[in-house]
Amino acid sequence: MSQFDDTTIRTAVRDWLATHWDPERGLVAWRHLLAESGWGVPHWPSEWCGRDLPVALLPGIEAEFDAIGAVGVARVGIRLLAAATLLEHGRDEHKARFLRRILTGEDTWCQLFSEPGSGSDLAGATTRADFDGERWRVNGQKLWTTSAHHAQWGLLLARTDWDLPKHQGLSYFVIDMRQSAIQVQPLKQMNGYASFNQVFFTDAEIPAENLIGAVGDGWKIAMTTLAHERRNADALKRWGRASDRPGRIYAEERAEIATVMEPYRWYPQRAGRVDLTFSRARETGRIAEPALRQELSRLLMLAQCAEWMAHRARHAKALGRPEGPEGSLGKLAASHLARAAAQVHTLISGADAMLAGPEAPLGGLIAEILLSVPATSIAGGTDEIQRNIIAERVLDLPREPRMDAGPFRDVPRNPPRAR
Amino acid sequence: MHFAFTDEQEQFRASVQRFLRERAPITAVRSAMETTLGYDRTLWRQLCDELGLPGIQVPEALGGQGFGFVELCIALEEMGRALLCAPFFASSVLATQALLNGASETQQLELLPAIASGQRIATLAWVESNGRWDPGGIALTATPVGTGYRLDGEKKFVLDGDHAEVILVAARAPGSVGAAGLSLLLVEAEAPGLERHPLQTLDPTRRQAALRFNGVSARLLGAAGNAGAALALTLDQAAVALASEMVGGTAALLESAVAYAKIRMQFGRPIGSFQAIKHQCAELLLAQELTAAAARYAAAAVAENAPDVPALAALAKARASDTYLQAAVECIQIHGGVGFTWDHDTHLWFKRAKTSQVLLGDANYHRERYLAQLEAGA
Repeated sequence: MSQFDDTTIRTAVRDWLATHWDPERGLVAWRHLLAESGWGVPHWPSEWCGRDLPVALLPGIEAEFDAIGAVGVARVGIRLLAAATLLEHGRDEHKARFLRRILTGEDTWCQLFSEPGSGSDLAGATTRADFDGERWRVNGQKLWTTSAHHAQWGLLLARTDWDLPKHQGLSYFVIDMRQSAIQVQPLKQMNGYASFNQVFFTDAEIPAENLIGAVGDGWKIAMTTLAHERRNADALKRWGRASDRPGRIYAEERAEIATVMEPYRWYPQRAGRVDLTFSRARETGRIAEPALRQELSRLLMLAQCAEWMAHRARHAKALGRPEGPEGSLGKLAASHLARAAAQVHTLISGADAMLAGPEAPLGGLIAEILLSVPATSIAGGTDEIQRNIIAERVLDLPREPRMDAGPFRDVPRNPPRAR
Repeated sequence: MHFAFTDEQEQFRASVQRFLRERAPITAVRSAMETTLGYDRTLWRQLCDELGLPGIQVPEALGGQGFGFVELCIALEEMGRALLCAPFFASSVLATQALLNGASETQQLELLPAIASGQRIATLAWVESNGRWDPGGIALTATPVGTGYRLDGEKKFVLDGDHAEVILVAARAPGSVGAAGLSLLLVEAEAPGLERHPLQTLDPTRRQAALRFNGVSARLLGAAGNAGAALALTLDQAAVALASEMVGGTAALLESAVAYAKIRMQFGRPIGSFQAIKHQCAELLLAQELTAAAARYAAAAVAENAPDVPALAALAKARASDTYLQAAVECIQIHGGVGFTWDHDTHLWFKRAKTSQVLLGDANYHRERYLAQLEAGA
């Protein structure tokens, strides 16, 4: 038991760090050391760069890293979703080949799930993978792919059987993104940023050994990836912050984080920036207007309630009470909040709300809010899907009759889009 | 803090809920609301003797149960859920808190035990025909006469004001304005010059009255002309209490709407399988979770005498005003035609929701108060 004791573990990691940590070492070299020692991901299996330690000991270990400013394994981006998926569903040869380079940050990953024809209905994917006896050939299009333009590897969900019902005809692959049969194009959004990509496959190749799980396991494995995506959303905020300390390794880490976090620059704005409303209403003098006061007050109350609702959920969880529908309720509340905040920003700005660019309110930040908020009620599951989840899983209301049973070949779907 | 009930509090809720489900089902509500008094005296005695609810938040030294404001609000949630007909809000919330906040210790010792035991019904007469809930709206005057006072003026929307035995009155010194010059006075129900008549309201489950004071003798509670703060606190606490009651009512409506959506068949499917219905229910649950979080946080803040009680009370009441009515409107809508009939029970909650929406100030009033509080603190 003593080896799982928090104090013992913290002493062990402290001693190891004292011997090995050097901020002038190269980032990749350091992370290879972390992978070899198991201290980078101590909760992973010991044969795969970890130490088989319980997750409960992680905070103490991380605290030791933080205490001396030691850099950890590469964590931002899709790479950890890939790692979690491979740990759960990959064969040993997959783990041996991919896991360590994920941790060192040498390989960047992307997730190829969404398509122009399947957004909310992810299982309706029509990108196809056909086995020619030797390798898989992929044709189709993926969308909303973060980091596809500098990824080495992609997690691909593709249809391998059109005669089975739609969830059963999907398979899960690791695909090499560096091939000419894959074209990556930036996807420009209505707010002017191009944070995502569209990816076109024209007879792209996947060697047989890059199938994850069995043929037809695609949906189940994709669910693993998505579950980790939701869990990682909070952690991203912490890992997305770079240290400003001097030293070679910090400079390299800053560059890595800047690249990975670049697509998320406008994310605070899409949430509506409630934090700016009260101060701006005062600074502009608009707070004297009774109609604005009502909208502003309503918004601030909603924001406060949403915070309490989230606290309550965490508190109940900490007390060991069953986890409720908090995820979907919180996401739906965030949508209402973002829209209400955009409305209040508009009322505060008045005619200036028409402006964009450096001469617009707050140097264009308000314009960016107004043009980014519509993403909130779509990204990560639309409001409509959240309401379905709340209604069906919490209120236990009956499901809608399905129109998509039977062979996928016969299910009505979107016409292919012109390129 | 403030985010979850303890196991003891959950057990207390369950016992109140069980009591009300057994003794005060909706059939009992319907018979009580048809009576002249507006509630069932036998049930009230049981509520007092078996559960000790009327003095739940009153210290034991003053004849109460010695629990806190959070427990009071838990009981109110359950009463709101059951749509209980009782003088509880008037006597155990408004009058009791006014005495706890504004009367001297001697006066509390003299008056509270009978109210906390439920033997005497008390109420607080605050608002007048102008319907203003801010202290500036009070016009009724208290003029010193000998060792006592003489009251002249009127009060309206007084909860259980037609039958309460003890009437606490907010009055002002002649010539004073705003929150200054306010006093809390006690009037006995039989005092000469006091005319009371019941108001016909939308909600038959909670009685209101108009009171006319023609030179009525009254006894001063607390210090003369100095009750502004105590009365303001009383109204804030009452707003939190009412919001809690409204959260309970909302829960009942939501449950009713969802249960009906599961069994009502149209076009060969339960209507709850249509997204049009499903999404309404989901939005209602969200509104309810948000508002319940506010009411519970505010109740805990009252219990701790937190400095931000005025802002939190405004927040809780504004949210509850909107959410309870939203639930009532949607519950009728989801029930369709039957929801508009007298025999169906939903209209009873609708009427409580509609009157509670404006009682103690509507959502606009409280949103304005909330923002003013934030400005004052900024």
